[in-house]
Amino acid sequence: MRTLIINGKVFLDGQIEEGMSLLVDDGIIIDAQKDIKWEADRIIDAKGLYVLPGLIDAHCHLRDPGFEYKEDIVTGTKSAAKGGFTSIACMPNTSPTVDNIGIVRYIIEKAKKDGFVNVYPIGAITKGLEGKELSEMGSMKEAGIVAVSDDGKPVMNGDVMRKALIYAGQFGLSVISHCEDLSITDGGSMNEGVTSTILGLRGIPASSEDVMVAREVLLSEYTKVPVHIAHVSTKASVEIIRQAKKRGIKVTAETCPHYFTLTEKACLDYDTNTKMNPPLRTQVDLEAVIEGLRDDTIDIIATDHAPHHRDEKNVEFERAANGIVGFETALSLSYTNLVEAGYLSFSQMLHKLTVNPAKMLKLDKGVLKCGKSADLILVDFDNEYTVDVSKFASKSKNSPFDGFKVKGRVLLTMVGGKISYSDEGFTL
Amino acid sequence: MKLRSKDLLGLYHLGADEINYILDTAKDMKKIVLSSMKKVNYLQGRSVVSLFYENSTRTRVSFELAAKYMGAQAVNVSVNSSSVAKGETLIDTGKTLDAMGTDIVIMRHNQSGAPNLLAKNIKASVINAGDGMHEHPTQALLDMLTMIEEFGSLKGLKVAIIGDIYHSRVARSNIIGLNKMGAKVQIYAPSTLMPVGIEELGVKICPTIEDATKDCDVVMALRIQLERQKNALFPTSNEYSKFFGLNPDNIKGTKKNVLFMHPGPVNRGLEMTSSLIDADNSVINKQVTNGVAVRMALLYLLIGRDEL
Repeated sequence: MRTLIINGKVFLDGQIEEGMSLLVDDGIIIDAQKDIKWEADRIIDAKGLYVLPGLIDAHCHLRDPGFEYKEDIVTGTKSAAKGGFTSIACMPNTSPTVDNIGIVRYIIEKAKKDGFVNVYPIGAITKGLEGKELSEMGSMKEAGIVAVSDDGKPVMNGDVMRKALIYAGQFGLSVISHCEDLSITDGGSMNEGVTSTILGLRGIPASSEDVMVAREVLLSEYTKVPVHIAHVSTKASVEIIRQAKKRGIKVTAETCPHYFTLTEKACLDYDTNTKMNPPLRTQVDLEAVIEGLRDDTIDIIATDHAPHHRDEKNVEFERAANGIVGFETALSLSYTNLVEAGYLSFSQMLHKLTVNPAKMLKLDKGVLKCGKSADLILVDFDNEYTVDVSKFASKSKNSPFDGFKVKGRVLLTMVGGKISYSDEGFTL
Repeated sequence: MKLRSKDLLGLYHLGADEINYILDTAKDMKKIVLSSMKKVNYLQGRSVVSLFYENSTRTRVSFELAAKYMGAQAVNVSVNSSSVAKGETLIDTGKTLDAMGTDIVIMRHNQSGAPNLLAKNIKASVINAGDGMHEHPTQALLDMLTMIEEFGSLKGLKVAIIGDIYHSRVARSNIIGLNKMGAKVQIYAPSTLMPVGIEELGVKICPTIEDATKDCDVVMALRIQLERQKNALFPTSNEYSKFFGLNPDNIKGTKKNVLFMHPGPVNRGLEMTSSLIDADNSVINKQVTNGVAVRMALLYLLIGRDEL
């Protein structure tokens, strides 16, 4: 089937091209020309819209297998498609955990059969995410994992982490580290500061994250294996990564929209949708995260999409589950708070949502180019809209952004030439 | 005048005018507490449920008497024997109480913010009787009433709060409330028990216990929980009482007519020497009496009969 996308502002091979037409055949972009009319089975008019490479999420939780009451591969990928993501890498903290080829195959097969976007599983660093013995990284790589991580938990033992780096490095797998020193976290449930003091909640000091970022950077330098730092939230972490990059250490880093949108003050009403790990930090940290994005210390914007059932959130703050859903707000929050606010150029933002995560995960994705798979999205950046969690495609609605006014609405998502999402207001 | 919220969750959300109103009402209620005929009908036909997830004797009894002196039906829910022990969520428990026609739920909980969660989800009023490390508003109100009785006003008073500030909901409510009422609060604690950012609430962190108590009108000691010693928060009880306990020597710089206060129960000799606890200017028992008066005032203001 031939699809022609006309009149769009197309982000072609790194450049915005106005009035460009894209021809997709058999899932592949086969031609791109200005004002050319080819014969096609279907014509999509992208007048006034941006045609962008599909977004790539280096960090999400699909909860399948084991926690399908929160999310499953079908609803999770539907939510991703609605948010403009065409490829997503899902974390291994399912039940059972992704520490063996059986679960890797299950995820890949189910996603292929019923999913709306490309799914790349991330395997566990250690068996059962217990931080003790290395998982079968080699076999899981053969089965299709793109990276390893014990996300949700840190690998507390430094020797295990060192061995994980060199072993994963041998198989060319990226190691993604959830940086948290649990002995410093010590049961805290939000950032430690004046807000935790007012609320009487035990705090998580920023240093809980910082010391582990420092450890990973130094282990990476020592082993000469790249390391990727997940969800950076503090000023000191940004600075440690900045210095490490200057010294030539092969470290990459991601942050999430909530860390450049909200601060700990959002917790003041004990709203459990503001509870996540790492926690929302201070205004100083938020500004440092934005500066880190601006000067490319932070390479990637990831969602850390973490669905939870409302019963797990509608409880006392300290008992509530950590995390928020993120697919359906990531692009609009990034555009509104980074690009429109004047901190990042449009193409810089887009790189952090496409090319950079693709590079970290070693995926041949992230750009619109002839000969590449037609993973693309149509986005309206002009009209402001209000986030409405009740309309989310995700099974879970745990988002602190309900009611936020944002710009950057995805109107159509195409994965491998197939339309996997189109906005109800968008006529094909 | 009316209180602006259906609930009393903490002093953080109250205005100075509301605090004054509660304290003025409490002064009238105290007359009832001290009289021989402790019965009025301000709460006749009202139902008051205490829902205590943490042990308490004085606060629970104080609320129960406050409700009964005003003619309310007062019921205590003991957590161990209730459906809570069967795994019911806080919100479901609250809705059950709502469905039974409860007018007010008095709640104590070990989780900070639990009363906020309950209040958002039920129709009945909620009074926070102490939640985790968050607030204990009725304790701070009774402390303020005690200070007002002695000094006439809170404005300009210097109050020292000494001890485990970090875990103390009493300290938080007092710091927030006293600050709103124009008093100056000075605090001193082992640095391991000083919460981060507390100075942003308008208190002065003092370098020594002598500095903290200098020229003070009120010196308040906080209860220390001995089991916290295990978490590397202070080395030994002995060292604690030596550097952080109040004794006649380290409070020499206070004003002559200083008041000694303690929210109770006291560890004699640890937070405060017995000579101070039993001194003439110790108002620890007066605090307890005022507790009943303040709680009567709150119950009345939140659910009292309109026609009175």
